[in-house]
Amino acid sequence: MSHSYFEANARERLAQLLDAGSFRELLPPGARMTSPHLPPLDAPVAFDDGVVVGAGTLDGRPVLVGAQEGGFNGGAVGEVHGAKLTGLLERALDERPAAVLLLVESGGVRLHEANAGLIGVSEVMRAVLAARSAGIPVLVLIGGQYGCFGGMGIVSRCCDAIVISEEGRLGLSGPEVIETTCGVEEFDSRDRALVWRTVGGKHRYLLGEADRLVPDDIAAFRAAARELLDTRPDLSLAALEAEHARLGRRIDRFGDCRDARDIWTRLGIAAPERLPLLDTAEFLAATADRRA
Amino acid sequence: METLTFEYRGGRALAAPAAATLTGVVGSGNLEVLVEPAALDGACRVEVTTAAVGFGRIWQAVMDDFFARHPLADVQISINDVGATPAVVSLRLDQAVEAFRGGVA
Repeated sequence: MSHSYFEANARERLAQLLDAGSFRELLPPGARMTSPHLPPLDAPVAFDDGVVVGAGTLDGRPVLVGAQEGGFNGGAVGEVHGAKLTGLLERALDERPAAVLLLVESGGVRLHEANAGLIGVSEVMRAVLAARSAGIPVLVLIGGQYGCFGGMGIVSRCCDAIVISEEGRLGLSGPEVIETTCGVEEFDSRDRALVWRTVGGKHRYLLGEADRLVPDDIAAFRAAARELLDTRPDLSLAALEAEHARLGRRIDRFGDCRDARDIWTRLGIAAPERLPLLDTAEFLAATADRRA
Repeated sequence: METLTFEYRGGRALAAPAAATLTGVVGSGNLEVLVEPAALDGACRVEVTTAAVGFGRIWQAVMDDFFARHPLADVQISINDVGATPAVVSLRLDQAVEAFRGGVA
């Protein structure tokens, strides 16, 4: 039976992603490690500050996991929330798990917490890079209702690999932010087809920003994460320079495109207008060897 | 925000010790319910922190109904609420107790 990743909350995702019964939470809700910034604003707190962190196994191999709860303030990163993710990544340096899995669902920094949230996100980034530098893969899963934006969009692209579903969205500024700052003529955030073909999982996969596109099924995310456990990216200077050169060629090739459909056409994909309608398997077949 | 406390006596302790469980999410019209074993001299204690101020009598009625359905003892229930309706509160409480008793998480 298939279980929607999109519909599940953070705890439900972890329970089904990891080996059954293997998850052990760090700083569980009973620890009441809640935000110190929300009560002065007369705003509700959550006992886990909107992120579940802990250890478990995936196919018998030890992993550390963090799962953001989009339902609490859109998964936004406050001081405690960020510190839990940073602590998890720093713990990886001691425990040396097979990987750290981040189930990201976040609009970015929790603006209620201002600088504390911004610093929290930057500490997470530094901790991601430290874990990668120590040879521990950091893998990101994106498929929740709130997508992955702002500071967590940057964090995610600092990691080794991203697994995304069609329903998942990945970007820096979210659609409403672009519309608010640049105008509805630039980007209509209520045009759902436009939003998904711009920041949705299929397009992010075609651009090469996400490594795997999977159906909206927790088991499919699990299978992809398991395959990526042995990811050992080349972090040499030569490899980084090659990646920069690739990104330079990408902007040369697509920089004048006004719409994702223009990019799909230029990628040589037949009948690009049908891409949003295809299910994951059909989409992968239709776009094989056509990614940017 | 408003904090409300309820305490009930005359419940039955669980046959086997249970671990703390969290059910629900702190989102608009929703709530989280943390159920923990606690040495309360046989009492069931409920602490509610809610964004909807001034609904103490309705909470009292919902919690009275809850305890009638689930007469627990030596249990602490802690709730963070963002204006959930009474029906949603009752549903989450039932889910939380089911998880606490070892049902589905």
